[in-house]
Amino acid sequence: MKNMSSWTKKDLLGLYELNKEEIELILDTADSFKEISTREIKKVPALRGKTVVNLFYEPSTRTRVSFEVAAKRLSADVINIAAQESSVKKGETIIDTGTNIQALKADIIVIRHDSSGAAAMLSRHVNISVVNAGDGWHEHPTQALLDIFTLREKIGKIKGLHVVIVGDISHSRVARSNIWGLTKLGAKVTVCAPPMLIPEEIEKTGAQVCHDIDEALKSADAVNVLRMQFERDLKGAFPNQHEYFKKFGITKERLEKVKKGIIVMHPGPLNRGIEISSEVADGANSVILEQVTNGIAVRMAVLFLVSQGKEKP
Amino acid sequence: MKEKAKILDKVGIERALMRIAHEIIESNKGTQDLCIVGIRTRGAFLAERLASCIEKIDNNKVPVGILDITLYRDDLSLISEQPVVHKTQIGFDISDKKIILVDDVLYTGRTVRAAIDALMDFGRPKEIQLAVLVDRGHRELPIRADFAGKNIPTSKNEIIEVRLQEEDKIDEVVIVERD
Repeated sequence: MKNMSSWTKKDLLGLYELNKEEIELILDTADSFKEISTREIKKVPALRGKTVVNLFYEPSTRTRVSFEVAAKRLSADVINIAAQESSVKKGETIIDTGTNIQALKADIIVIRHDSSGAAAMLSRHVNISVVNAGDGWHEHPTQALLDIFTLREKIGKIKGLHVVIVGDISHSRVARSNIWGLTKLGAKVTVCAPPMLIPEEIEKTGAQVCHDIDEALKSADAVNVLRMQFERDLKGAFPNQHEYFKKFGITKERLEKVKKGIIVMHPGPLNRGIEISSEVADGANSVILEQVTNGIAVRMAVLFLVSQGKEKP
Repeated sequence: MKEKAKILDKVGIERALMRIAHEIIESNKGTQDLCIVGIRTRGAFLAERLASCIEKIDNNKVPVGILDITLYRDDLSLISEQPVVHKTQIGFDISDKKIILVDDVLYTGRTVRAAIDALMDFGRPKEIQLAVLVDRGHRELPIRADFAGKNIPTSKNEIIEVRLQEEDKIDEVVIVERD
């Protein structure tokens, strides 16, 4: 797993703009960082004196906490801005907020926003590093990287694997980032959902489409189960939660019919009994909590690499 | 860059390591509580070799670990080329152990400073001793080697290149002069 190529970018905006070598460099670096969290003193001085600002326009607990833990284990100072409670309410634009953060001499902005392209726009207006922690339906690169990292750690490779992503593909930035990352590393990706929740022209990304989960799982090495956001208006797409669980829910009965060691991933938070049964979520095939642990190593790697990169997008 | 002189060949390196192994055992009165930690890249290979020398003499296998000091460097914000972070592998508890820290060349002492800081994050060793294959002088920090294979006075314009079979397909130490 030796990788000698080097990182040049100041930002991580999405996996679409990365090549295979860059993705592998992040994964290899994360592999080296993982051990730090097992130490007695879980901290290295690599980002000492640097400031990381978590700028979150959408509520998020796990991603924000994961970035915060990652930054702190690298000895960076972390400032959290929940934009709902900030000057954004008073009408400040993202760009003004960004340039103000830059004027505070921060080094990295981690941004979560409900508009696709928000991170990319911010990165064009500031010289400091920008890391996309999820923008609209566009990308959530660190989530996909930790999914791929976990998969690679479990199976030992990505090339040649068949990964099924099941859930609301239309509104999922996790699905998009996973498709880019996995296909670049040579995996086959199948997206599975009711027709209304699959975007048009998704095949152009290299993913295949299947509307029958049992069919999709037949040759799968792993399944990434997305959270069904029934708090959104999904009524047009699907009658109700029970119906969804019956048709697409990942259950023990479904898994008994497929490859024995199939890996079950979920980005969290779980809706038990809607997209996944408790038996599966807590069962032997599940790597859901390992994903959380790996998320820290992956985000440490990303923060470290972008802090060294100079190249503007 | 021009190669000026060969300082050690394969046999020379072997002899130096064997002598260091003897000295380590002598000064520590055996191998009780001894651990060896090599600094990536070449220090890690030398650590393995030193452990097998010690085993030959004392019939006792001492644990060996590998340290990557990239994240502890004091010049991370200055260097232009992105360093690649490799794994640190210390599979044993270093608390109350005597650690022999191993590197190929001792020069400014900054790498050793970083390595000591890194080790301290793994626990509280009883002692840290430093073993190097070559001590070339020009220290910038108050650090010295407890065991040195060879002391070579150099000018700052020279580079000491330690080449090892495991990485470079040959065992030798040479002085190279910068143009």
